[in-house]
Amino acid sequence: MAEEQSSTEVSSSKTITLRIAKSNPEHDSRSQFAEFKVPYERWTTVLDAILDVKKHLDHSVAVRYSCRQASCGSCGMKINGRPGLACFTKISELNSDVVTVEPMNNYPIVRDLVVDLEGMFDTHKKMKPFIINEESEVATNTREFLQTPGQVEEYIQFSNCIKCGLCNSACPTMATDSSFLGPQALTQAYRYVADNRDKGKNERLKIIDESHGIWRCHFAGSCSQVCPKGVDPAMGIQMLRGYLLGFKK
Amino acid sequence: MRESIIMKIHYGTALGAVVLVAVHVLFRITMMSYGDSLQYENVIANYKFVPYAIMLELILVLLSVHGFNGLRVILIELKQGRSYEKAVTYGCLAAMAILIAYGSRTILMTSMGMT
Repeated sequence: MAEEQSSTEVSSSKTITLRIAKSNPEHDSRSQFAEFKVPYERWTTVLDAILDVKKHLDHSVAVRYSCRQASCGSCGMKINGRPGLACFTKISELNSDVVTVEPMNNYPIVRDLVVDLEGMFDTHKKMKPFIINEESEVATNTREFLQTPGQVEEYIQFSNCIKCGLCNSACPTMATDSSFLGPQALTQAYRYVADNRDKGKNERLKIIDESHGIWRCHFAGSCSQVCPKGVDPAMGIQMLRGYLLGFKK
Repeated sequence: MRESIIMKIHYGTALGAVVLVAVHVLFRITMMSYGDSLQYENVIANYKFVPYAIMLELILVLLSVHGFNGLRVILIELKQGRSYEKAVTYGCLAAMAILIAYGSRTILMTSMGMT
């Protein structure tokens, strides 16, 4: 495709070449890159650059975004080959004159940079991502479930998951095993198993203990490398294995 | 069988095999020179020494179970599908049984002097 120039009037003299993978599986399975010259400032994020292109150069670029502050997990994509949130990645941090954005691996492509996250949400739901406890803390004559700081520490980092899907995209097992539950779901299983208020441990352990479950993780650790919220799915998965191997009760 | 039980067997057989193969290798290099230990008479003598033959049989079983389960894992990660996975599981079990039966036959025949 022809190289185009942003018409935005900006104070910056610095520009990058933004390469956007464009594809529409409904029409053609092939993907091609469209290149655009985009001005940027020190604070410009990859999402800002994509939206600049969308506003001034190519309205047809498909991108999913919402909060622009790494809270919603909508704008996950591959940025220079590495999964990341477009709103959380500054162009100046990439140290490259060319920024290539592609849809995340291991998900079906909807169009351009948008992937279908339905599969991830399905496996997430499969983990019963809620506290299972007969005693409700909202009933009368009951009190809230008190936890010590140590008990909270057991799971708190895993509750930071924003379901952006970057961990599943980086996972090498997911690249070949489409039935694998994936680091996102397994981490969420651990988040609830490790919560002392929860009584659904055995149910969850049964769900993950299947042929495409927790045992297919090879501990590559790439899920933990790409998580924008500092969650360590690889560790969660190993801790969860501890329950199944009888090291943890 | 639950996958956790299969994987416990997988890890257990790996540990067992590492220990027994280490013993086997140590026997080869400590009793006599490595070259001499591979002489025909010495190899046959190993098989005729019953505790050693039992150890060889154990190594055969441990490595077969571990190896074929590893192969099953690789194959089901490579491709998915109900009938395919069933075929892989039963295929690996059958191959494992055949290998153990053939290896055991060799160990048994040699230890009984049927060479």
